[in-house]
Amino acid sequence: MLEKSAMLPDRLRDTLGDLALDIFEAPTGVTAEVAASSWVECCRLARDELGFEQLVDLCGVDYLSYGEDEWDTDDATSETFSRGIEGDGGPGRFDWAGRPTNVSGQRFAVVAHLLSISNNERLRLRCKVPDDEVPAVASLVDTWPSANWFEREAFDMFGIIFEGHPDLRRLLTDYGFIGHPFRKDFPLIGNVEVRYDPEKGRVIYQPVSIEPRVLVPKVIRSDSRYGQQSAKGGSRG
Amino acid sequence: MAEIRNYTMNFGPQHPSAHGVLRLILEMDGEVVQRADPHIGLLHRGTEKLAESKPYNQSIGYMDRLDYVSMMCNEHAYVRAIESLLGVEAPRRAQYIRTLFDEVTRILNHLMWIGTHGLDLGAMALFLYAFREREQLLDCYEAVSGARMHATYYRPGGVYRDLPEQMPQYTETPWTKGDDLKRVNEWREGSMLDYFDAFSQDFYDRVDEYETLLTDNRIWKQRTVNIAEVSAERAIELGFSGPMLRGSGVAWDLRKKQPYAAYDEVEFDIPVGTNGDCYDRYLVRMEEMRQSNRIIQQCVKWLRENPGPVMIDNQKIIAPTREEMKDDMESLIHHFKLFTEGYCVPEGESYAAVEAPKGEFAAYIISDGSNKPFRLHLRAPGFVHLAAMDEMVRGHMLSDVVAVIGTQDIVFGEIDR
Repeated sequence: MLEKSAMLPDRLRDTLGDLALDIFEAPTGVTAEVAASSWVECCRLARDELGFEQLVDLCGVDYLSYGEDEWDTDDATSETFSRGIEGDGGPGRFDWAGRPTNVSGQRFAVVAHLLSISNNERLRLRCKVPDDEVPAVASLVDTWPSANWFEREAFDMFGIIFEGHPDLRRLLTDYGFIGHPFRKDFPLIGNVEVRYDPEKGRVIYQPVSIEPRVLVPKVIRSDSRYGQQSAKGGSRG
Repeated sequence: MAEIRNYTMNFGPQHPSAHGVLRLILEMDGEVVQRADPHIGLLHRGTEKLAESKPYNQSIGYMDRLDYVSMMCNEHAYVRAIESLLGVEAPRRAQYIRTLFDEVTRILNHLMWIGTHGLDLGAMALFLYAFREREQLLDCYEAVSGARMHATYYRPGGVYRDLPEQMPQYTETPWTKGDDLKRVNEWREGSMLDYFDAFSQDFYDRVDEYETLLTDNRIWKQRTVNIAEVSAERAIELGFSGPMLRGSGVAWDLRKKQPYAAYDEVEFDIPVGTNGDCYDRYLVRMEEMRQSNRIIQQCVKWLRENPGPVMIDNQKIIAPTREEMKDDMESLIHHFKLFTEGYCVPEGESYAAVEAPKGEFAAYIISDGSNKPFRLHLRAPGFVHLAAMDEMVRGHMLSDVVAVIGTQDIVFGEIDR
């Protein structure tokens, strides 16, 4: 398995050619970045030419706030660790009114994990979704039927639209849910809560009454032990 | 003549055979299912998002609550993903303990599955027998971690602690005393490994007993043979894994093909089916219990002969012991930092899969170098299998829907996440 894996990047380069924006190998697996315009084409090539007959996993990723920490660790500060808790920004610590709105750049990505049963290999394909406002990418349902629910989930959680999907409905959230909960600008505590209203005699929705609270701020420490490792392990490409 | 037309039927979410909170919208032509539309998400807790708001260590407990009948296998995937990002590897003894408990978990899961699957299809007695053995194994969970189900026993870098030297015993109560007490404590005189020895010697006969109840049972066969057949090619296309794939005749098992923990050093066979129907999947899972028992015996033997550490010695990741903290300032600082801030994981991404009892369970972690996972995605086998529900039940009778839910081994903790 290990030997084959060592060859996989080369075969990928041969097969995908210019379609692949980047191909890199880390101890944790081989990744190929492809453009959204050639997403389906690359997947078909991987399936037909490289023998990846199974789509094992597909998920959306929201790269908003990637690599941003909430508490400064580079220098001595007058702010103690606990002050980081009151910092603003970062996942889960804002309410709906204070959510980050001005974001630019390629925020969303779709990541597919492929498995070749015949060659016993795995491959990760990533495609950055071009438009942040209306993220859309072509659907893989015609290539692998197993993409169906994975894409519905990614649509539900991130609002990524899969063009050509036969049945792109919400999957996991409640009937009538508003928003896409796994986006980084969606508050961890949510926007609405339900309770039984004795006067109306039914269950009602109301704005959430919990204060957003984070006990541990996000911290990034550059650790010399991982110096070489993180050089190419970086996933933002 | 009266006009005949299809009608829509609502199955669940509160239905004893829905194995949790599955809501199925069934379009029926008489008693034949024309279309099934599973509505899931009633148990959605946003585990993935919750994990993104916490340091790595604090999410291990969430993994138990995903597939809540195969707890430690879920932990294993998550812990392995973190370990591969950190570039650490658990000591050999910890790997064997993980192998041991993965197989205990597989038996636990399959016992739960055969009990409820049987119950759904009209075999009442089996449930009681299966839960008797399940209880014996849950005692091991409790002895090793303190919790019967949600163990949080696997940690990045090893396991929480070594197996106990003394298996906990029952104490006397007004209802259990004298000979009764002696009988329930019979296996518990020695260490946990002795207990496993006694259990695994006994368990082959138990599986045979289950089989006498079902395998040649006329009703059982009528309910499962030729129900929901899936061909090998289609099973691969649909993304099946685990017993669902092997039942269709594809000899694919991550424990053999992409070995992790100590699976490359133990002997076992992969059972495969031929027809890909519910009956074949039943046979595959029954044989898997025997194979798991075989692995348990080998692990017990190895663990007896090879004492050693069960956790790596790296205080940047692993909390120091209580004793060390009492008189060592460095340990105290490490402890404080680990439990307030956690540890930073180098930037990168990792997809770690394990052969969970239901199929390929995997944790996909993207790290941006911080102390919390930037993105955690959990690949649940049941999610993929349930997606194929529509295809599997089309053209079958309403009562077969229950057989298909059973054969897919649906657990909503992992599907809804």
